[in-house]
Amino acid sequence: MSTVTPTAPDTVRPYLSPVRAKGVSFPRALQSEWTKLRTLRSTWTTLATAVLLMVGVAVLVSSVVVSQWDTTDPLSRALFEPLSVALAGTTFAAIAIAAFGVLTITGEYATGAIRGSLLAVPRRTPVLLAKAVLLAVVTYVSMLIATLASFAASTAILSGKGLDASLGDPGVLRVLLGTPAYLAVVALLGLGIGAILRSTPAGITSLIGVLLVLPPLAGLLPGKIGETASHWLPSAAGQQVTLVTPDPGGLAPWLGLGVMAAYAVVLLAAAAVMLRRRDA
Amino acid sequence: MIEAHGLTKVYGDKRAVDDLSFTVRPGTVTGFLGPNGAGKSTTMRMIVGLDRPDAGTARIGGRPYRDTPAPLQEVGCHLDARAAHPGRTAYNTLLALAQSNGIPASRVDEVLGIVGLSEVARRRSGGFSLGMGQRLGIAAALLGDPGVLILDEPVNGLDPEGILWVRNLLKHLASEGRTVLVSSHLMSEMALTAEHLVVIGRGRLLADTTVEAFIESSSQRSIRIVSPHAVHLRDRLVAAGGVVSHDGGHGLEVTGLDQVVVGDVAAAAGATVHELRTQQPSLEEAFMELTRDSVEYSATSTTTTDVTTHHRSAA
Repeated sequence: MSTVTPTAPDTVRPYLSPVRAKGVSFPRALQSEWTKLRTLRSTWTTLATAVLLMVGVAVLVSSVVVSQWDTTDPLSRALFEPLSVALAGTTFAAIAIAAFGVLTITGEYATGAIRGSLLAVPRRTPVLLAKAVLLAVVTYVSMLIATLASFAASTAILSGKGLDASLGDPGVLRVLLGTPAYLAVVALLGLGIGAILRSTPAGITSLIGVLLVLPPLAGLLPGKIGETASHWLPSAAGQQVTLVTPDPGGLAPWLGLGVMAAYAVVLLAAAAVMLRRRDA
Repeated sequence: MIEAHGLTKVYGDKRAVDDLSFTVRPGTVTGFLGPNGAGKSTTMRMIVGLDRPDAGTARIGGRPYRDTPAPLQEVGCHLDARAAHPGRTAYNTLLALAQSNGIPASRVDEVLGIVGLSEVARRRSGGFSLGMGQRLGIAAALLGDPGVLILDEPVNGLDPEGILWVRNLLKHLASEGRTVLVSSHLMSEMALTAEHLVVIGRGRLLADTTVEAFIESSSQRSIRIVSPHAVHLRDRLVAAGGVVSHDGGHGLEVTGLDQVVVGDVAAAAGATVHELRTQQPSLEEAFMELTRDSVEYSATSTTTTDVTTHHRSAA
């Protein structure tokens, strides 16, 4: 050691702070993450975009259906399904929600804010878990509003021709409650992929690839394998709950959503392990 | 108290931090010095658990950072002036951090006042200058009023008034009994701020000593003697074992001899002396010399340690 000792280190009384910090806990991590989520303008613009896309597409498609109904052929009339028209914007909303989920974590990596988050909560897992809980709740609530608003707007337009569905019709309530749940799981997949890839463009591209590109590719697999594989893909499994008449060969609606949620859980578990192991 | 034991971080085939051990004590500002790329930031990140060491351990107050129940109260960290989300206001950035550790929200306004950002508290930090970003980072470090502070290049981008403010703040914090570790590649700044120095080069410890002893230990210390008999005196000094350079006029620079010996040699030679003094190298020069050594000897793996021992024994 140095032969010169620094100024009397042993006589120094360590600093004692008058500030009382209660310490890290999961509820406090939740509170902190909620502050982060609500104080970013992008949170509200992304959610507003998703809501507007759903309602806008509902109004547009419903209006087109009504205006062309008199010239529509009998077969198409027989196959007409009012709820698929009301919720035609779900795919578009899913893209906005996918980006929302990815950005929740990659936004922190891109800006360096992640280091502050992990310094404050050095065990790290509560950060990811709190983000997941809030993302699921916020997406579900906002997309439930979007779904109900789309249904109401579409019903108002379709009722002009007596084409509207009623809440009591079979499957309608399930679809109205299931569609926002499907979107909430999309957000969680985004969070998982974003946490693993730590890059906004890579995360969004991968998730859209999984949701939109993988299904037609799986269909190209030969015979029974291709069919089974495509039913078990996250998007196909999860989308069953959003259809009044689900694909009869596919999984049961709520089971399908459960399978999709299981993908999200596995992805988030992998993300949590990597978050703890990797350098931030 | 910060204790690093054998910290090592390897990136590919490069040892960014190599078996680094040192202790940072409370009550003084400890300067963490090294040229760019010496491994200062990596070391700091390992101390607070952001990066996982490939070998070795770091403890703060006797335990790993990860195990602290209220980390922001124990350790305040400012590692990067651009570490806040640009879309969030200064107030909300700090509020989110405070909430995670159960720190009262009133403390957010307090630290914003301490760093002088109260007026821009409700503005998004994306519009902040580098200096304001530094102040926000320092505010975040002070949030839990911690007993240990770790700051990476906190004066970068600050104007002279801001640099003076940081300097006084750090000294004040240390005087309260806190442990303050502050990195810089600006030696002149550390000479004014720090009392103790941990110097690294190429990831290895070069010196762990006081600022005073660090300058003292420099072999660059030379004696300046001015005499109208410079030429004659030069030969006598060389004969006495000194290394002498002549400025062509009356001035001589002597190394390898003590000031007393030089004076005696001059008297014995009957030379008139107009000036005789020991030239203290600045911290800057001492540092340059030390790190030049570390670069020179880096081809062989053992000699860097010799350099360290040399300086320690000299101290």
